[in-house]
Amino acid sequence: MKNENLYKYILGVADNSLILGQRIGELCGHGPSLETDIACTNVSLDLFGQVRSYFQYAAEIAGEGKTEDDIAFLRREREYKNVLLVEQPNTNFAYTIVRQFLFDVYHLLFLQELQNSTDETLVAIAKKSIKEVSYHERFSTDWVKRLGDGSEVSRQKIQEAINNLWTYTDELFHQTDADKAMVAAGIGVDVTLLKEKYYETVNTGLEIATIATPESKWFQKGGKVGVHTEHLGFMLSDMQYMQRTYPNMEW
Amino acid sequence: MKNNWPLWEVFIRSKNGLEHKHCGSLHASDAEMALENARDVYTRRMEGVSIWVVESKDITASNPDNNGELFEPAQDKVYRHPTFYILPDELKHM
Repeated sequence: MKNENLYKYILGVADNSLILGQRIGELCGHGPSLETDIACTNVSLDLFGQVRSYFQYAAEIAGEGKTEDDIAFLRREREYKNVLLVEQPNTNFAYTIVRQFLFDVYHLLFLQELQNSTDETLVAIAKKSIKEVSYHERFSTDWVKRLGDGSEVSRQKIQEAINNLWTYTDELFHQTDADKAMVAAGIGVDVTLLKEKYYETVNTGLEIATIATPESKWFQKGGKVGVHTEHLGFMLSDMQYMQRTYPNMEW
Repeated sequence: MKNNWPLWEVFIRSKNGLEHKHCGSLHASDAEMALENARDVYTRRMEGVSIWVVESKDITASNPDNNGELFEPAQDKVYRHPTFYILPDELKHM
């Protein structure tokens, strides 16, 4: 494939939104209240909209009649390159919100930088997505604050969620070979440069929420090279059921 | 959780120049959350450019038992409608 690195790069970016969109979409009809249920579903739909733009572009690069649906639904687990953070389950609402917060802060910083890419399509996607993601960040940060600085129980749950998800944050700033090639070409975002600002923003949010920042220096990794936690396989079996059971089916 | 949150009334202005209209209610723990919830519940299909929220308990409503004295006297006073004037075509939203 011509432009194979660009193809891989786009998938790496888009898979985060795809898997997180699926995760948060699981709350549709199951949210803790009608209002938060719809809010989470809105976030999910925003992310899927972004994914479609990325995958349509990737399908164009891949050629050979590939479609956005092929990319979304017909890859094997190892071929998904999302970070481990976004595939973690909705253990309870605190986990859902903390996972969202830890990703949103990164996502916004990432899209701000992606606007400076030399690739016009990626710039256009970034510009469109940035308003949506600004709202996501506001929503999740606000909820971290409310739960952290809320009741004894909500505070304990949010602290537990941050303690357990913290280990997945460092991977956001890892680079694959394709990422490095795209940074060198002026197309990709150098995520290593976002790290400092990321932890600064996250720490400020946690401080306002009166939540302690975990001190652990040991981090999980693997998602970006296709080595996932056990949770992704279950998600994919849900997502891919129709295409696997009825190959080439159309709505 | 939801049972603990007070009820809020939501008013949306669909475009500049028009007035805010009541469009429904929702639950939220404070005004800021009420605004965000209103955005998520009532403006998903581009319904609005501005949102007002007010806690339902702050609204004073007329008592339906008093409808007779409040509203019936207006029924036979058609001259209070501006229908006896010819409005220019350019005048909108009257």
